[in-house]
Amino acid sequence: MNMHTNTDFTLSIEDLTVSFDGFKAVDNLNFYLDKNELHVIIGPNGAGKTTVLDLICGKTKATSGSIKFLNSELTGLSEHAIVRAGVGRKFQTPSIYENLTVLENLEVSYPHGRGVLGSLLFKRNKKVLDKIHEIAKEIMLEQALDTEAGLLSHGQKQWLEIGMLLIQDPQLLMLDEPVAGMSVKEREQTAKLLNKISQGRSVLVIEHDMEFVARIAHKVTVLHQGKILATGDMEKVQNDPKVIEVYLGH
Amino acid sequence: MSFVYEKIMGGKKGLTGFIILATLILIIFPLFLDAFRLNLVGKYLTYAFVAVSLVLLWGYGGILSLGQGIFFGLGGYAMAMFLKLEASSPENTTIQSTPGIPDFMDWNQLTELPWFWEPFTSFTFTILAVLIVPAAFAYIIGSAMFKRRVGGVYFAIITQVIAVILTVLIVGQQGVTGGINGITDLRTLHGWDITSDSAKNIFYFINCGLLLTVILASRFILTSKFGRILLAIRDKEDRVRFSGYDVANFKIFIFCFAAMISAIGGAMFTLQVGFMSPSFVGIVPSIEMVIFAAVGGRMSLIGAVYGTLLINYGKSAFSESFPEMWLFLIGGLFIAVVMLFPNGLAGLWNDYGHHITNKFVFISKAFSKLVPQSLLKKVEDAR
Repeated sequence: MNMHTNTDFTLSIEDLTVSFDGFKAVDNLNFYLDKNELHVIIGPNGAGKTTVLDLICGKTKATSGSIKFLNSELTGLSEHAIVRAGVGRKFQTPSIYENLTVLENLEVSYPHGRGVLGSLLFKRNKKVLDKIHEIAKEIMLEQALDTEAGLLSHGQKQWLEIGMLLIQDPQLLMLDEPVAGMSVKEREQTAKLLNKISQGRSVLVIEHDMEFVARIAHKVTVLHQGKILATGDMEKVQNDPKVIEVYLGH
Repeated sequence: MSFVYEKIMGGKKGLTGFIILATLILIIFPLFLDAFRLNLVGKYLTYAFVAVSLVLLWGYGGILSLGQGIFFGLGGYAMAMFLKLEASSPENTTIQSTPGIPDFMDWNQLTELPWFWEPFTSFTFTILAVLIVPAAFAYIIGSAMFKRRVGGVYFAIITQVIAVILTVLIVGQQGVTGGINGITDLRTLHGWDITSDSAKNIFYFINCGLLLTVILASRFILTSKFGRILLAIRDKEDRVRFSGYDVANFKIFIFCFAAMISAIGGAMFTLQVGFMSPSFVGIVPSIEMVIFAAVGGRMSLIGAVYGTLLINYGKSAFSESFPEMWLFLIGGLFIAVVMLFPNGLAGLWNDYGHHITNKFVFISKAFSKLVPQSLLKKVEDAR
């Protein structure tokens, strides 16, 4: 594999470190994500999984190292600039606007009229509505467009947040525990949804549910104490003795 | 047409509320109130500008400013400076040691007009200053705070501090500001006597017109995508950021707009009441304005106007008989509203208004059912 600075990877993280008062939550991490790859990060609590996503999307500033997205540096950019570059992030607990309807949630996420003036003059035209309907159908919420988002079930909220990212058509989609708190049926539907939306973009997922991971992952990375313990396909990782010792064995 | 109807009037419900309010302040008040009372209502309605600004800022944006008096005061002072200069013509001030400057400057041994007073001889400049100075000041405060992501309680405290600083500054620099007394004895506008009943009447209607325009402009903002983003920011600021918006710019804009609205209210206050003083700049008036908005309903532009009118009516009614009790009463009212009716009068109307109308419908329906049945029964009994 080509490991030079300029690559055809969607995401290349090199020597990434972040320390909070001397505690290194992420320690000299090197991580690469291919185009169209669905990559799952697993690991015990406190391994630094969520921190990695926080670093990529700009929520946390790196102490050192580099994060390159489509060969442009993300560290130092503000959150909205990273989003506009094409990185979408779903949070662990559903992060949607509970007081707005599903339609309004998707509209606010629609990637036009993002400036003050643009948003004042933004028109909800047919093109916008068509796109909203298309996404709503994909996330199985077409019937709920006029429902206040706070009234949705937990699983539907998770889907809505995924939809809010999809409408921006990001090149990199990052999902933090997308099936947490979902029923078995909802998990199945979500797995289908993820397989479908990962076409044409790279997806980075954090997940604990191993059954679900096996179902969606092209590649799995195990994180432990801010470092990579193992990486590869599911089978290889599951049979890695180090992984069994720190994570799966428990 | 549909654009105006939906975006500015806010659809059927918004239009009805707007027409009721317009009828009340444009027709009913002028018809049934004497000149003194009408002028009083006019004064209250200048506070309503601030209450409306707080609906935008606090109700929708979640940005609690406890210093809107700053902007009310800036607008009011700008207008007062113009009127004071006109009142201080050399002919009117021949008894002063330096004729042609405002009386309070003369008392403070000033011998010429300070440089920043000079442009206020122009009415055009004054109007621009009423609108732009507060907005520019809000821009500076807003940029400093929101770009650094200062929000919530910290923002509220800082706006309070600025209100105090401004009051202290105005009181302390009495040679150029008129000090604690403010700027008084304002009589004419371009030679037109503003203390006459007819002038007060005209100002009342201008004031109403401006207030209604401000409500429509605010409604345009709230029904646009900007309005939904504002709500979204109040709800989940981080999510908005991660949807690709520069949140600070949105907050700065609404803060500046709110400042501008408040300043218009301040300028109209000066015109109708005939003076401006630091007691309309500080913490107490700023917090009172928040109470007006809270009681009216912090999510309702029109509710804010009713809240302002109601509280001020209560204030003049109660403080005539129990002057010491008033502050406790208004404090208690504020706590009660926040705890029991977080959406204020407008919320009560939304929650129970349709119950009242429904009850009428229900009673009339029940009645129409009851009557024929009992009649039928009677008919059967008779058989």
